[in-house]
Amino acid sequence: MEEIIRLEGITKYFPGVVANDNVSLTIYKGEIHAIVGENGAGKSTLMKIIYGLYKPDKGEIYINGKKVNINSPKIAISYGIGMVHQHFMLIPPFTVIENIILGSEVKNGISLNFKKAEETLNDIINSLGFKIDLYEKVENLSVGEAQRVEILKLLYRRAEILILDEPTAVLAPQEVEELFSILRKLSSQGKTIIFISHKLNEVLNISDRVSVMRRGKLVNTVNTKETNKFELAQMMVGREVFLKVDKAKREKGEEIFRVEDIWVRGRKGLDVVKGVSFNIREGEILGIAGVEGNGQSELIEAIVGLLPLKKGKILFKNKDITLERIRQRRLYFGHIPEDRHKRGLILDFSVAENCILGLHYFDRFSKGIFIDYSKVYKHANEIVEKYQVKTPSIKIPIRNLSGGNQQKIVLGRELSFSPDFLIAAQPTRGLDIGATEFVHQLLVDLRNQGKAVLLVSADLDEILNLSDRILVMYNGEIVGSFSQSEVDEKELGYYMTGVKKQTELKEALI
Amino acid sequence: MLETIFAWETLTSAIRMATPLAYASLGGVFSERSGVVNIALEGIMLFGAFFAAVGTYFFKNPLIGVLFSIIAGTIIAFIHAVVSIKFKVNQIVSGTALNMLAAGGTTFLSRLIFKAAGSSPHIEGFTPIDIPIISKIPGIGLIFSDLSPLIILMLVIVFMSQYILYKTAFGLRLRAVGENPQAADTLGVNVYKYRYIGVLISGILGGIGGAFLSLEHARVFVENMTGGRGFIALAAMIFGNWKPIGSLGACLLFGLAEALRMRLEGVGIPTQFIQMIPYILTMLVLAGAVGKSTPPSADGVPYEKEEI
Repeated sequence: MEEIIRLEGITKYFPGVVANDNVSLTIYKGEIHAIVGENGAGKSTLMKIIYGLYKPDKGEIYINGKKVNINSPKIAISYGIGMVHQHFMLIPPFTVIENIILGSEVKNGISLNFKKAEETLNDIINSLGFKIDLYEKVENLSVGEAQRVEILKLLYRRAEILILDEPTAVLAPQEVEELFSILRKLSSQGKTIIFISHKLNEVLNISDRVSVMRRGKLVNTVNTKETNKFELAQMMVGREVFLKVDKAKREKGEEIFRVEDIWVRGRKGLDVVKGVSFNIREGEILGIAGVEGNGQSELIEAIVGLLPLKKGKILFKNKDITLERIRQRRLYFGHIPEDRHKRGLILDFSVAENCILGLHYFDRFSKGIFIDYSKVYKHANEIVEKYQVKTPSIKIPIRNLSGGNQQKIVLGRELSFSPDFLIAAQPTRGLDIGATEFVHQLLVDLRNQGKAVLLVSADLDEILNLSDRILVMYNGEIVGSFSQSEVDEKELGYYMTGVKKQTELKEALI
Repeated sequence: MLETIFAWETLTSAIRMATPLAYASLGGVFSERSGVVNIALEGIMLFGAFFAAVGTYFFKNPLIGVLFSIIAGTIIAFIHAVVSIKFKVNQIVSGTALNMLAAGGTTFLSRLIFKAAGSSPHIEGFTPIDIPIISKIPGIGLIFSDLSPLIILMLVIVFMSQYILYKTAFGLRLRAVGENPQAADTLGVNVYKYRYIGVLISGILGGIGGAFLSLEHARVFVENMTGGRGFIALAAMIFGNWKPIGSLGACLLFGLAEALRMRLEGVGIPTQFIQMIPYILTMLVLAGAVGKSTPPSADGVPYEKEEI
């Protein structure tokens, strides 16, 4: 096998951490090479070094055996390296073709020559066997299509080495399959693909070889055929990992929460939740699966009171709370918002202050109109201790904590008034395996204590692992309802993409 | 009163009033499309108006006057660009400071140079042009006769700009850095370069807009003669959805309001109310337009290159 990229002793320091510690790695031409590791393991940093966004403090990069100095993406592109970033680098109001040619325009005098670019692109698109309207605006595309635009951007610039940073994080299972089929075709055309992920099933499915990173170091590189999920997980975390959570079987309990025929109008004036009904009983986790943007966020916002209901009823323990204000409603349930930075925390407030957001007026935290900080600190210390939050002090801005520790503070706060119902939206997004395990165990513990949990997640493994019942949302409606045992990932995928729809939702209201 | 309003003269006067607005508004389009909010346009216009008067007064040639206004506008825009692009200062603060500098600076310089308070001596503008044939048609011909060359230039530049922004690589890149500078950067587009160009173009155009006020409109420089037109131009830019032709349309609307204001003075309504017309229209239009028109996503957000 012919080597295409060789890294030797790459080291990169960030203030206070070694992001890459003496990493050496060889990548062969035409292979699909997966790089796995937890958040903060240094995968993205390493890729950004190859792509010229970061300068390594030590180490050398060789391309086709020649030592190179990659100072900017422009130079990386000239060596045939292209990168699809985790957050797409697209310009939504521009058309597909404008996004692709930007920076490498073909001109006809002073005007843009779209015809010429179109010919080049059609050749590429045909060879990969998918369809896309080059003159459609990117803002109208699905996530999967937008990702193809990103890949086309690289191929249009004649990239030979494609780096994809967590490309499946935002895709539905069927879209993942389509992406993989494109990647396999590219690999058969001789392109080299570096695939960053922490989803082990996918890595095992698509890659030829896997490199595992942990705390900035390259732990090992193995042939995919000769390894398995458990071995990889162990290498990633450095200890044995429990990928499944044990749940005791439970009897059907009392109803805690119910929504009836909820309609919500979105911010753009269109209905985004259309007649959703379900209930949750004590001692169960109800999971809502779905590709993001199908009304899940608005559903949650309507339940907690951030968006007005157009129609429908919300009942907590048989009491109609539809018209109650947020402050009242807040006491019925804990809420882990999907975007903890935007809705869950105030990043520049201290850890302790974040522990009482929305609860600040409680008698136990205040003296008249003043906040009683000694009580607040006591409360914060309790949360930090109970949930094993790693923080040097409760008085520092919460911004300085890792995602996992921030999420533990949100959880601790929301459970501190012992609600019987917890709404958890994307509760493990961006968390590493350790923190994810912690959150999963906590949700299952709540369930086992007889509380009700509403879990909304784009991560199907999470939904399938934790839920007792599963609903699928597509285009603002519940299109499928299942008990945990009767469904698998692939089947859910059909409902998530609108291919299948149940006429009778027998598991939504029980 | 109705005969006063529904006259061809109202339209010719609307076009004249719209011209300085259109220059400034188009300047705003270039600046904000590249991602830099430029409320300094008010000050740029004022400097433009003043230096056009200076150039014309001393060289007895309006062309030199326009050249002076372009240079002055570009310098002010350059300050705004350095402060907001390089030093990443809040762009509203920078713009406000420059507007204050313009108000005080031009007044000071005017008294220093022209040795008189209030205004400059009379200056000669361009010789007006009649468009052949069409200007001879009765009625409508009035619009095409006695035109300032700066009005014709404005129309040419507006349509040219529309083409440049939407059909050329330069336009694509300029708009890209205003929408998603990071994306543009990863494709090798120099974000800072295009932002500087965008802001400097706004200086050139804002300067000419100011020159029109002193050279063609009043034939004299009057202290603080812009009277908020830079802001009205920005309102027109928003109403025109940050597009050259759209902005021109909005400017014509505002021009019409100003024309009405002038024609209605003396018909019996208290002048204070009449003079409010353009400003009230601005507020109404903005109230209606905001939310419907979409600014460039990165408008007003300094770009920090990811570099550690």
